[in-house]
Amino acid sequence: MMGQLFDRFHYDFFVNGMEAAVMAGALCGLIGVFITLRGMSYIGHGLSHSIFGGFAAATTVGISPLLGAGVWGLLSALAITSVTRRSRIGADAAIGVITTASFALGVALMTKFGHKGPSFDALLFGSILGVSTGDLVLLGCALVGSVVVITLLYRRLLFATFDPEVADVSGVDVKRMDALLMVILSLSILSTLSIIGVTLVAATLVIPAVVARMLTNSFSRMLWISTVLGGVCGGVGMYLSYDLNIPSGTTIVLVNAVVFLGVLLLTGGRQLRRTAGLELHHDEVAAGVPVRA
Amino acid sequence: MSTLVELSHVSFGYGGSAVLREVDVTIGTGQFTGIVGPSGSGKTSLLKVLLGTVQPQHGTVTRAAGTAVSYVPQLESVNWSFPVTVEECVLMSRASRRLSPWATRQEKADVASTLERLGIAELGKRHIRELSGGQQQRMFIARALVRQPQLLLLDEPTSGVDVATRHEVLHLLDDLNRDGLAIVLTTHDLNGLASHLPHLIALQQRVIASGSPAEVIVPEVLEQVFGARMDVLQHLGMPVVVDARDLGTMGAA
Repeated sequence: MMGQLFDRFHYDFFVNGMEAAVMAGALCGLIGVFITLRGMSYIGHGLSHSIFGGFAAATTVGISPLLGAGVWGLLSALAITSVTRRSRIGADAAIGVITTASFALGVALMTKFGHKGPSFDALLFGSILGVSTGDLVLLGCALVGSVVVITLLYRRLLFATFDPEVADVSGVDVKRMDALLMVILSLSILSTLSIIGVTLVAATLVIPAVVARMLTNSFSRMLWISTVLGGVCGGVGMYLSYDLNIPSGTTIVLVNAVVFLGVLLLTGGRQLRRTAGLELHHDEVAAGVPVRA
Repeated sequence: MSTLVELSHVSFGYGGSAVLREVDVTIGTGQFTGIVGPSGSGKTSLLKVLLGTVQPQHGTVTRAAGTAVSYVPQLESVNWSFPVTVEECVLMSRASRRLSPWATRQEKADVASTLERLGIAELGKRHIRELSGGQQQRMFIARALVRQPQLLLLDEPTSGVDVATRHEVLHLLDDLNRDGLAIVLTTHDLNGLASHLPHLIALQQRVIASGSPAEVIVPEVLEQVFGARMDVLQHLGMPVVVDARDLGTMGAA
């Protein structure tokens, strides 16, 4: 029985997949804290679709998919910002138009011209197979780089996330912090694309952070709980993916969802309302006192 | 009294529509000024010009060298479900100084002494939503004071709070002003806040009047600023604004 549980670790592809899933989950959990607290969950969802278009275009014209997808993702983010500023279209509508158009272009290019690298299904839903050493190195660099940057700039990122207007007048370069987070987000999505998949990566950005918020009122604790939880869910999801013969992104997201439901049942709806900011704050109303004349 | 910030012929607007026109304002050390006017009169824009977050399209802004300005936002604009404690929130003011996630002993001591000064030392470990309205305002004032400013700007500090909290905030600001801090705040609350301040600026894109409450809270100025006829009664030496229609109703009754 125990042998069956651990036999799979004799296969290099599975070990690579497990390492990649844990790192991808942890990376998404870490950056997801900022994404959810800034109300940017939809940007995560949109950028993953946009990056898919860049990936397809890059393979079609024969350049590095990572470079092509990365540049495409950043250009999409800039286009969203530009459209939002210059027209009456809201940010959510701009994200919807630009990123879904990019995704559709990717599907069209792949269908018409074919592509190299991961299969269409693997890009959409993630795959346990074909995680290369290069993928692991990219993921490792993205994770370590993100941890270092977030640790060094922790207080500035916290201030810029909580209160950007006051942070700006207090000496924090808020525009630079915002741009930095967009770069880290794009890099995170890019490096986890083949493990979790385009359509599911948004869930791994959001769910660990939401669960962490339900468990703590501290920003620093939320960061490490979300990171650890994302990594554990990634590992468990990848493990189950092998048994159930289901795409890894799907099982990783389902494990995240089960954890969310479990924490919701254990802590009650009150924690969820706090997370969403839906619980009203009632000030005590006291009798008036004399004022300075 | 020496000048901290001086605005000369300042005009500002958004997308072609003017919000401020030819505004002249001087803020000196130890001054306590309220900017009064209805929504859309340019109060917040004037505050942002003083703060330096927006640049005027015309005119000049002159700040005395080394003047530190701190800002307290409206409570209504704060995300109260954000996961931070009172101490963490106050400590944010020092965020730009070091590349480290940890606060120094000096920073922690500064935060503790500021919380003590504002009477909320025992609340440092609490989550920000666990505070009353007055305590929340004290927390943001503490965050502003940790930067050791010469000028404190507050946007509608008593908007949406109850009477007791309004009194609490007003007394606190008065104490800080007596300690030498220059304060400028915006408000549309004439009776509850503006009439208690030593100096007012009535704004309706332009400076309509400037002076003591007795000079600014008068029917002629209020009609220009608010676009409606209002009468002013005197109560314990302070002006009290009443809607002219209310007086008519009371008289009829």
